[in-house]
Amino acid sequence: MNVQSTIRIVVIGNGMVGYKFCEKLMARNKNQDPFSITVFGEEPRAAYDRVHLSEFFAGKSADELTMAPAEWYAENGIRLFLSDPVVDIDREEKLVRSHHGHIVYYDYLIMATGSGAFVPSIPGVEKDGVFVYRTIEDLELIQSYARKAKRGAVLGGGLLGLEAAKALLDLGLEEAHVVEFAQRLMPRQIDEAGSRMLQSQLEALGLQIHLNKSTQEIAGGECIKGMQFADSSFLDVDMLVISAGIRPRDELAKIAGLETHPRGGIVVDNFLRTSDPNIFAIGECALAHHMIYGLIAPGYEMAEVVVANLCGGSREFLPFDMSTKLKLIGTDVASFGDAFIEEPACKTIRYENKAKGVYKRINVSADGKQLLGGILVGDAEQYNMLLQTCKGKTILPPDPEDLILGSRGGEEAGAGVMSFPDDALICSCEAVTKGMICHEVGENGHTTIDAIKKCCKAGTGCGGCVPMVKDLIQGVLKQKGVYIRNVVCEHFDHSRQELLDLVKINGLRTYNAVLNEFGKGDGCEVCKPLVASILASLWNENILQKDRAPIQDSNDRYLANIQKGGTYSVVPRIPGGEITPEKLIVIGQVAQRYGLYTKITGGQRIDMFGAHLGDLPSIWEELINAGFESGHAYGKSLRTVKSCVGSTWCRFGVQDSVSFAIEVEDRYKGLRSPHKLKSAVSGCVRECAEAQSKDFGIIATEKGWNLYVCGNGGSKPQHAQLIATDVDKETCIRLIDRFLMFYIKTADPLTRTATWLNKMEGGINYLKAVVVDDVLGIGAELEREIQMLIDVYQCEWKEVVESPELRKRFSHFVNVPIKDPSIQFEPMRSQKRVKEWS
Amino acid sequence: MTETESKVIWHMACHVEDIPEDGGGCAFIEGKQIAIFNFARRGEWFATDNECPHRQQMAVARGMIGSQEDEPKVACPFHKKTFSLRSGQCLNDESYKISTFPVMVKENRVYIGL
Repeated sequence: MNVQSTIRIVVIGNGMVGYKFCEKLMARNKNQDPFSITVFGEEPRAAYDRVHLSEFFAGKSADELTMAPAEWYAENGIRLFLSDPVVDIDREEKLVRSHHGHIVYYDYLIMATGSGAFVPSIPGVEKDGVFVYRTIEDLELIQSYARKAKRGAVLGGGLLGLEAAKALLDLGLEEAHVVEFAQRLMPRQIDEAGSRMLQSQLEALGLQIHLNKSTQEIAGGECIKGMQFADSSFLDVDMLVISAGIRPRDELAKIAGLETHPRGGIVVDNFLRTSDPNIFAIGECALAHHMIYGLIAPGYEMAEVVVANLCGGSREFLPFDMSTKLKLIGTDVASFGDAFIEEPACKTIRYENKAKGVYKRINVSADGKQLLGGILVGDAEQYNMLLQTCKGKTILPPDPEDLILGSRGGEEAGAGVMSFPDDALICSCEAVTKGMICHEVGENGHTTIDAIKKCCKAGTGCGGCVPMVKDLIQGVLKQKGVYIRNVVCEHFDHSRQELLDLVKINGLRTYNAVLNEFGKGDGCEVCKPLVASILASLWNENILQKDRAPIQDSNDRYLANIQKGGTYSVVPRIPGGEITPEKLIVIGQVAQRYGLYTKITGGQRIDMFGAHLGDLPSIWEELINAGFESGHAYGKSLRTVKSCVGSTWCRFGVQDSVSFAIEVEDRYKGLRSPHKLKSAVSGCVRECAEAQSKDFGIIATEKGWNLYVCGNGGSKPQHAQLIATDVDKETCIRLIDRFLMFYIKTADPLTRTATWLNKMEGGINYLKAVVVDDVLGIGAELEREIQMLIDVYQCEWKEVVESPELRKRFSHFVNVPIKDPSIQFEPMRSQKRVKEWS
Repeated sequence: MTETESKVIWHMACHVEDIPEDGGGCAFIEGKQIAIFNFARRGEWFATDNECPHRQQMAVARGMIGSQEDEPKVACPFHKKTFSLRSGQCLNDESYKISTFPVMVKENRVYIGL
């Protein structure tokens, strides 16, 4: 190795941008050129993800936030000094001196010193209980102080301030306040109306927001007691987090005689050179194009520019788009392009929906042809699309409001991301264009998100572009005429639907038979439960028999729901929610005998928690002897058919909803499907059983029953849709038979009926045509198939209880008859709970 | 009994039929919980820690086994962290690793080397 020609690079600062510089230099250089890199960091930790700092309070560990472990630096031959800030730069000798006395010579010096919190000079800021929000150390201090605090405030209603306020909420403070000097929140990113919408969303979550407040003094003795404002109001708080902006860390540059701006920042040219051509500045310490870029994407771009220039290229840092999208305490906030431009320089389209907490604004050029910018609050789903339309100067459709409202004419709007120009930026964090991604997909065969992340890093930053990358992959494949199928995994080159047909035609009943016939390799945790579900949906044999036990997913494997600590919960079936006093007593006795925590479920059943694996067969033996059956709470199968009390007791009821619910539940119990199935029967239009939120729901009418399908509760609620009106019981059952079997045979794995319908071409009209009008002529076949499954139903727990062979598998240890000694409980409200995991 | 490596001590864990084919079981050996896997499809046996380092749950033995490319692996039933049965390295999160132990099957008995 030629020692003389080694280029010595010293990086001051090991934050996100400093780290990214090293990563990019390594990636581009691939150890070809003899660079020697030394990094000095002030903090005790290697670079971590400061953007997601607030997740520290939501449970992420410092390690999880780390950009790369210390070993990464060692492996790449980078010397890393932590807790060791550089204190002096000798530009004549071209050397730096660190706090611990290390002296390192450089050929190029990279200043990536970042920024610190700006602390206004308010009397009392030095008191205990006043913090800044910048580093993991700051967070640890806040966390420990918050344990004895009740009321916390954040000074500053900008982006960081609201992040800090979320942290206070996460820490469980009784009151969390935000104090802002300006008239509104996030004045730099969003307009007045957007701020108001954001404010009402945040207030609904329990934040108290105080605007137009100039803090005069932080009151208290040694510790903070409150905040005194100029309008003579006073806020009682016992801790305060200051988040009033950032100040570039340019003090070292000043000492070294580099040009800095009077208001802060190391002045750099378009190549990010400081006034000394051997010294570069990148990230939040650098003042480029007369501004400090306080976002991560431009920081990474700066790292890229310097790396390119050091490796012999010539690249300039251009004024960077400051469009941004983030989630603030659960509320989407985004602004892009020229967000604030006013009429008459543009035409503005605004949409405001206070009921949903949504505000959208787009600014369209005066000729109506281009999108100039906009603001989204409460729903930023269209952000990427709008951003590309704006940046790519895409010609707008004649009704540009469709961009934020969606097309209301029935036809699909736009051609999506495939219509963007090749140089449209898809991943702004890593600066990856549409053309680059399409090239990777089309030419290099990278056709999965993971492969794209690896080969060009798109989607590895904030992750916001992942849906667009997915669309691009599909789009390119479609263009190439590739028939796109959702194949199961590396072991099966088939979709679930294809596999189901193949298994059926060939009459296969074990996993190994399916794998030998149609797969390769040894299977995995994706295809095993999928095949298990198909086998159960086709033959309805006991899922633990033959080779089927070890292919079941976590819960099905032991016919119970695995809970924290490794214990299980037990849910006997209580059809329609109707139960006799005798059976209630049995549940109580069993729970007492086995020390179980009991709770009523949302599905009108009783859940017993904390059962040891080894106790499950005895518990079920007692339940079965009392006439209970498995409730399949652990399975992708019919859970519960909820009912209201109906015409037998209720003075409004028009039909006997309980009897019908029990009939329906008994008919479909044990039916395994691509995902869980929920149902309900209401006795009148008041809909007390909430049937319209179920996979299939039935509502009584004066003349019969109305049938609704494909509803969903959970994280994405969706109302079920009506497919039959005033039908009698027999017709209703026949339609449900067809509906369920059609779903089982055609849905993708782990897809609820609502999502299945949403993806279905033709939607509810098509589904109705198949199920009700039988346009495919498969109605009779579907009915026959489901009747076969119903006919062979057995309570699977009864089979286990009666089989010594199967019972034997229910023990924690194979060699000693003891329970797992690591399981620990603690008391809670006269019952018990399992110890919290760390 | 200690041919392979001088320091390995073999402990009898269970009989072959105690571990389901292509599945796992947990043995209590010297106060430690060891997950044992009978990878019948490959004709191989593996042993690892029973504790998943992600949330410190004693359940690796209850996980599904399989392969990624040719690497034999097990998926923890809690959050589907998957671990190589050969090296113990977590395959979907570099920061986790579990210990692996040698397995010997003789005369229908399964021995674990600690």
